[in-house]
Amino acid sequence: MSNILALAQKELRAYFVSPMAYALFGFFALLFGWFYVASMNVLLQYSMGQFGQGGPQVVNINEFMIRPLFGNTAVILLMMLPFLTARAYAEEKRSGTIELLLTSPISDVQIILGKFVAAMTLYGMMLGLTLIHVGILFWYGDPEWGPIVSGYLGLLLMGGSFISVGLAISSMTKNQMVAGLSTFAVLLLFWIINWVGDASGATTQTVLSYLSILEHFDDFSKGVIDTSHVTYYVSFIAFGLFLTAKSLDTTRWNG
Amino acid sequence: MVEVQHVTKRYGSLTAVDDISFSVERGEILGFLGPNGAGKTTTMRILTGFLPATEGRARVAGFDVFEQPMEAKRRTGYLPETPPLYPEMTVAEYLRFVARIKGLPSGDQRTQVGLAMERTNISDMADRYCGKLSKGYRQRVGLAQAILHNPDVLILDEPTAGLDPRQIIETRRLIAELAGDHTVILSTHILPEVSQTCQRVVIINRGRVVAVDTPDNLTARLQGSQTLYLQIDAQGADALATLEGVDGVAGVTRADTQGDVSGYAIESDQGDDVRRELSRTVVTNGWGLLELRPKQMSLEDIFLQLTTEETATDEAHPVTVTPEPEGDAGEEDGVDE
Repeated sequence: MSNILALAQKELRAYFVSPMAYALFGFFALLFGWFYVASMNVLLQYSMGQFGQGGPQVVNINEFMIRPLFGNTAVILLMMLPFLTARAYAEEKRSGTIELLLTSPISDVQIILGKFVAAMTLYGMMLGLTLIHVGILFWYGDPEWGPIVSGYLGLLLMGGSFISVGLAISSMTKNQMVAGLSTFAVLLLFWIINWVGDASGATTQTVLSYLSILEHFDDFSKGVIDTSHVTYYVSFIAFGLFLTAKSLDTTRWNG
Repeated sequence: MVEVQHVTKRYGSLTAVDDISFSVERGEILGFLGPNGAGKTTTMRILTGFLPATEGRARVAGFDVFEQPMEAKRRTGYLPETPPLYPEMTVAEYLRFVARIKGLPSGDQRTQVGLAMERTNISDMADRYCGKLSKGYRQRVGLAQAILHNPDVLILDEPTAGLDPRQIIETRRLIAELAGDHTVILSTHILPEVSQTCQRVVIINRGRVVAVDTPDNLTARLQGSQTLYLQIDAQGADALATLEGVDGVAGVTRADTQGDVSGYAIESDQGDDVRRELSRTVVTNGWGLLELRPKQMSLEDIFLQLTTEETATDEAHPVTVTPEPEGDAGEEDGVDE
């Protein structure tokens, strides 16, 4: 446990000493803020009755603003999280510090968990920034908190899956660029994997839909916590970490 | 303290380390000598548990590095070829991190970090970022990292590479100091380093051990014949034939010529002292005797002899034949396969 903590702290320090964490936070806040304003405008237009329902009316802030906002956040994450994880192992392999870790009396599992915990902590902080925006909604409006909580849970789980894939890919290369790019491509593939489903038959469609990362997120943003979705994300994370373990082992065998 | 038995490492069809065996006693400094790519780093990585061996066993401080890796790692300090530093950490932060992952009790961490910094003379660099250090300091921080947890066995991969002469001397002195309570294995391709620091040498070439002995013994053993260096002013006469005719001389080669003055390498059989005969011949011929001294075979010569002989036999027939000296286990390995 203390080893995991030592590693996680070391990782977090690396994020904050370099401009990495600040760039990530800054641009995430900017993009999220932009989407926030955009969806607020949509909400205002609805409530002013500009869509032909005749006159101002009360609209559901969860339905018209928060849910699309969560959807947009998922897109930002798809693009930003690959950069968060790209250096994790690639840099250690490039600079040779991986030799220090692998010759110290710590297990691979501890290394993997340490890095995962660090990335998740950073991601959690990043998501934490958006609480300000949500707080403003509570200040001026009266949104339901249920779907917001489930939405955040969904974002954490989905981001965790992204991170776990990113870490696995980072452990397979010495090159951060390659790691980041491959992670983005793989995640995008999982995102759109069900787009080819319609023409390829019902069974394939079901399987591909099940694999799609986004498909499982939708319910969370609606306020539904379905165990099958939770299971999907948790298995996804576990599989990514398992791949990392295998890849570290291969590093051993091939030097 | 360290035992390596028949360790082989293959990467696909490439054999990096081929059936290596040797052992190191407590408190000893063992030099690992070989040209680049001979398998030094691979062997060290196997000993530190970074790489698993394809075949064979290795024990460090009584623990098998494959079966009880945690116990073995706890007792090993390792300085890889490039010091494994995190540029974004200060020296003190870095060493404290290493102390934690090496499993030092939290009460001892601070004192041990201070001690390691003192021993490697980097205390004044404690608050500098590792990424901003000069090559010499990086190497020393790497060394501090290796000795931090007071390991029984220290494995140093080219500890003096890239240092300036003064730092090299300091590092060697430090290694000699450490050898008291630690067992040290260091690799190098700098030959004087071995004769100065190590009590025993393992010469390795193309993944095989070609010799194991003390630097002095190696020198002595390989001098099957004695060589003298003779410099004379023969005043234009052809001295070569005359010198070859001297009693007890086995062979003469001209080493250098400068006008009338020529230097000769004169070989004689072990035990025969031909210096008297030689000087008499020179004087009776009316030549000027400028220099006559025994030619020491340096470790460099031995190294070249061992490693080139290996290559020569390799080309002649695929089976590697044991080089000239006989005895140590490592050398007989060549005949199998």
